[in-house]
Amino acid sequence: MTFVFRRLLMLLPVALGVTIVVFFMIHLIPGDPAQTILGIHATPQRIAILHKQWGLDRPLPSQYWLFMDRLLHGNLGQSLYYGGSAASLIMQRLPATLWLIVYAAVIAVMISVPLATIAATRKDALRDHVVRAVPLLGLGMPPFWVGILLVYALAIQVHAFPVSGYGSGFAGHLHSMFLPALTVAIALSPVVIRALRASMLNVLGAEYITTARSKGVPPGRLFLRHVLRNAVIPAVTVLGINIGFLIGGTVIIENIFAVPGIGQLLINAIFQRDFPVVQGVTLAFGVLVVMVNLLADLSYAVLDPRVRFDR
Amino acid sequence: MSAISFPEPALAQQADEHAAPRAARRWYRQPALATGLVLLAVIVIAAAAAPLLTPYNPIKQNLGASLLGPSAHHLLGTDQTGRDTFARLLYGLRNDLRIAFIAVLAPFCIGTILGSIAGYFGGWVDTVLMRLVDVVVAFPFYVLIIALVFVLGPGERSIYIAITLVGWVSYARIIRGEILVAKRQDYVVAARSGGLSPIRIIGRHLLPNVITQAFIYAMSDIVQDILAIVTLGYFGLGVPPPIPDLGSMINDGQNFLTTHWQLTTFPGLAVVLVGLSLSLIGDGLADVLRPGHS
Repeated sequence: MTFVFRRLLMLLPVALGVTIVVFFMIHLIPGDPAQTILGIHATPQRIAILHKQWGLDRPLPSQYWLFMDRLLHGNLGQSLYYGGSAASLIMQRLPATLWLIVYAAVIAVMISVPLATIAATRKDALRDHVVRAVPLLGLGMPPFWVGILLVYALAIQVHAFPVSGYGSGFAGHLHSMFLPALTVAIALSPVVIRALRASMLNVLGAEYITTARSKGVPPGRLFLRHVLRNAVIPAVTVLGINIGFLIGGTVIIENIFAVPGIGQLLINAIFQRDFPVVQGVTLAFGVLVVMVNLLADLSYAVLDPRVRFDR
Repeated sequence: MSAISFPEPALAQQADEHAAPRAARRWYRQPALATGLVLLAVIVIAAAAAPLLTPYNPIKQNLGASLLGPSAHHLLGTDQTGRDTFARLLYGLRNDLRIAFIAVLAPFCIGTILGSIAGYFGGWVDTVLMRLVDVVVAFPFYVLIIALVFVLGPGERSIYIAITLVGWVSYARIIRGEILVAKRQDYVVAARSGGLSPIRIIGRHLLPNVITQAFIYAMSDIVQDILAIVTLGYFGLGVPPPIPDLGSMINDGQNFLTTHWQLTTFPGLAVVLVGLSLSLIGDGLADVLRPGHS
């Protein structure tokens, strides 16, 4: 329990920092932020409203206080383009993004674990070299480009999956979101394969594996109970470090496949110069990453009891 | 954050101080490094020599010759405004490579300096800097880059600023981790008891020993920066049109995917090749500079 509590306490400075970064975005806008954001729609009245809303005439600490006061009341400001509150727009679109993240992580694991196993169990054999070449090619592939090619191959040519959309119901989501999730998973897999292969090699060389083998543990059980469980912890760490990449990848992929999530909202808001929504989505992504990192940390404690006593 | 796993502190493995120079002489025997360097050289030369390799102007439109298929005149055909795709590919590669190689410099330097300070002095400086790192990595890489370029206004300058603000953290983490290990070694203790200033110890004694890690990471960081630049270009947030850029080429070609697949496919393949060459170089460098660590 103390581990969980300590981990939650460590969250505070980061959460505070995240809000400060999001708050400061407005001051990075060159010139008068209100004037720049409104662009051709700028009238003295509208500029005055935004100034008042953001408290731009006050000193910085007071502006931040105003921002935090609203934030803690769940108020991210009014959307300039969609009307309505930015917070409700984000909440409406969050489920699609969460779906995509979880789906992509599942597919990434389904791709990475077998490939890493194939490679690690025969180190330096041909199949190891083939698997090791995957990350070299994969790391340089622009995710949106992979998405476009997958649409062409599997949606336009073969008609196996819809070109875009979210689908309805669980089965519908599963079917419609397969290509977007696969695209994100392909972007993520190279890193996971690398990490998992390296940690499996480490585990396979450990003395307890030799002991288990000499005890006559059957290969299937040896792999699941001894190798995989120990090898998966460093891989979860890598997945945790790269969770930002996974989540960031969804921004791009949602736009390729017209998935109505917060990534699509972000890009639309950017084109509409809808600053409160851009700010709100950035904050939402920051919170999402912090939460997932927390979950990853807590999952170590489940996977590896030593972690709970280590710190 | 990045899609790159951080190398672990490798100094302990570098016991043989002559290993690096001897290994450096053998660079051509490293197949990964040699292949990567040759591939990158070909790409960079092709991009740099673009005006010699193609007679076409990548910007000049020729509406009478739009959407031509590949031919002897137009190796990869032409786009919807009649511009030669091969010419735009070479010039686009040239722009994107240039921006990526420049963009990596500032994060490398800033991250290295801040990481050294945090690792060497420790204490509250370290605590503050590392919390700052935690805050930056709390945002997904693409989200922060896209949001920053939006608030700064699209264009090359904003790309540099955004990549610097986001990218320094990885270098700071790597160098800090390395220095934490290295500063306990005898030669540093000796330098300190000899009364050398911290600046001299960091600059002359520590950094030369730990900088290789940052250098290896920089290879994958450039790949990531190119991907970011291409992605920004795809969304119309990169270099403004009509300047050729691989991302905007992919976006333009997307509308003609079913009839002119080459418009979308080849700019992406060019990025994959750049990524492959730099990944090979990074892996090869890791083998050469960290003997026994592979």
